[in-house]
Formats: sequence, C-alpha cells, structure tokens
Amino acid sequence: MKISVVITLKKDVLDPQGKVILQTLDGMGFEDINEVRQGKYFEIDTKENDKKKAEAKVEEMCKKLLANLVIEDFKIIGSQ
Amino acid sequence: MHSSVITFPGSNCDRDMDVALKKFGFKNKMVWHGDVELPKSDLVVLPGGFSYGDYLRCGSMASKSKIMKSVLNFAQGGGKVMGICNGFQILVESGLLPGVLLRNKYLEFICKNVFVKANNKDNSYFKDDKKDVYEFHIAHNEGNYFCSKEQIKEINNNNQIALFYSDENGNVNEQSNPNGSLQNIAGVFNKQKNVLGMMPHPERMIDPALSGEDGSIFFENLINNLK
Repeated sequence: MKISVVITLKKDVLDPQGKVILQTLDGMGFEDINEVRQGKYFEIDTKENDKKKAEAKVEEMCKKLLANLVIEDFKIIGSQ
Repeated sequence: MHSSVITFPGSNCDRDMDVALKKFGFKNKMVWHGDVELPKSDLVVLPGGFSYGDYLRCGSMASKSKIMKSVLNFAQGGGKVMGICNGFQILVESGLLPGVLLRNKYLEFICKNVFVKANNKDNSYFKDDKKDVYEFHIAHNEGNYFCSKEQIKEINNNNQIALFYSDENGNVNEQSNPNGSLQNIAGVFNKQKNVLGMMPHPERMIDPALSGEDGSIFFENLINNLK
C-alpha cells in the first residue's frame, strides 16, 4: 500500500522560501497571490495492506522522524 | 578530564574540536556514530558539519543514530553534552534541547565572526569566565533559532538561554542578529544546564595567529569548571 504525506510549516512559522517564491511569481505577472507556503511530499510504499494500520504506522513515522512538530504539521493525503 | 567527540557521516569540525580539547588538557577520544557505547567521559561533544548531508532536516538523521541512545542516557543522568552548530541541530532534533533551527532569515549561508554575550553563568560551561562577550565564528545556513510561545516562556523562566548574538559591547539588538534567531538566541541549555547547544564555533578561536583567543578562554575555563 502506498501512503502519501504532505508536511508543511505551521501557520505561525516564517517561510522565507515561500515568500521569495511569491515575490518571483508576482514579478512574473501572477499578481493575485495572497501567500505561498512551501512543503515536503513523501510517498511511503509499505507491505502493510490494511489501510488503517498502514496510516497509523505512517502517522508514527511522521511524529518520530518525518516532521518536526515544533514547526511542522503533517497530513496524510492519500492511501492506495 | 576525559572527553568524547562523536563523528557522524558528514561531520567536518570533529578534528578541530579534537585539537581544541587536547590543547586545553582533555584526554579526548573520537567516537563513531555507529558505536553503541560511549567511552568514559566527563564531556561529550557533538561537532559541527553536515551530518547525513542535512537530509530531511539538519541533524534529524544523526539524532536517530546508534550512539545517540548512549548520549541520551548520559545526558539524562546529568552528563555534560555540548553541541556546536550541526551538533546543536542534532541536540534539538533529539529532544535534549527545546526548539528548532530554521533556515537563516535572509536565506543565505553566513560565514563570519560575530559577538555573543553569555546570559547565564550559573553553570559548568560559563561559570567564573573572565569574559561576558566573546568573538566567535559562525558558519551556517540553518541557525535561525525558533520555538513555540509556550517553549520560549519556559526557556526564559528557567534561564535556559546560554548565549545571545550581540555587538562587541554586549548590546543585544536587531542589528547584531545575523540570522533572525528568536530573541537573538545563539545558544541554549536544557533545564538542568548540563546540555548546551550553540551555533558559534569556539574551537575555531584557539589560535591568535589564525583567528582569535576567545575560544581558548572558553575551553580553559570549561576544563577548570569540570575538574
């Protein structure tokens, strides 16, 4: 089973890369943007075929390694 | 006094630290990250560098390496653990120190001398030190200290800030903050003050011909305090 996870900076954490991307996009003519937040995307292919169990394992991985919960939030966005 | 410096894959300040510790009287041993046991140590140092190529987040992989279990036990038993630069990043990722080190505010790698002011001298690292303001070297891309509002409250209440970025007179202000760190924090302690993490490199300031001597003052004082 493949689990997809997205990790983003928490709302109150400054994202300087996101800011620069916004400025660049703005300079390219995309002028309607309010905010850009950059994040990370992981695909974890696991031998576990039970969706609930697999997602629980990935959640544990996020808490222990993939995300730093002081600054980041994680969200499982797909399991197939 | 016995010390240990841990070498992770990608550490590059480990030998500088070895030279510095030996120069001021420590019997130092180099310890590989894949080892399980720490040698007899009065001080364990996590050196600077780019452990695991800074993959995922700086220090995150190294904080899970085999030797870190022993380092955690050592620190939890009151042992002195000091992390410099990447070593500081490893300590926050391991949970021994609060907070996290974000990318520098202006997204640039900073490599220069800075002044830092000791905030709390009631500990083995800075007690009786002749100096309040040191000139140290920094070289990092992720040194922008950050933590949650609750954490910073606790850090201030427990007097856990070790060093502030300052000017040469010890004034802590925005102009002297090189990387956007919260409250100009350059180094923090754990609650018990036996674990210290800091971005500046005292080991690069031990030779007046090459750099400066403020690191010498720091290490001389440190070994005296540990005796």
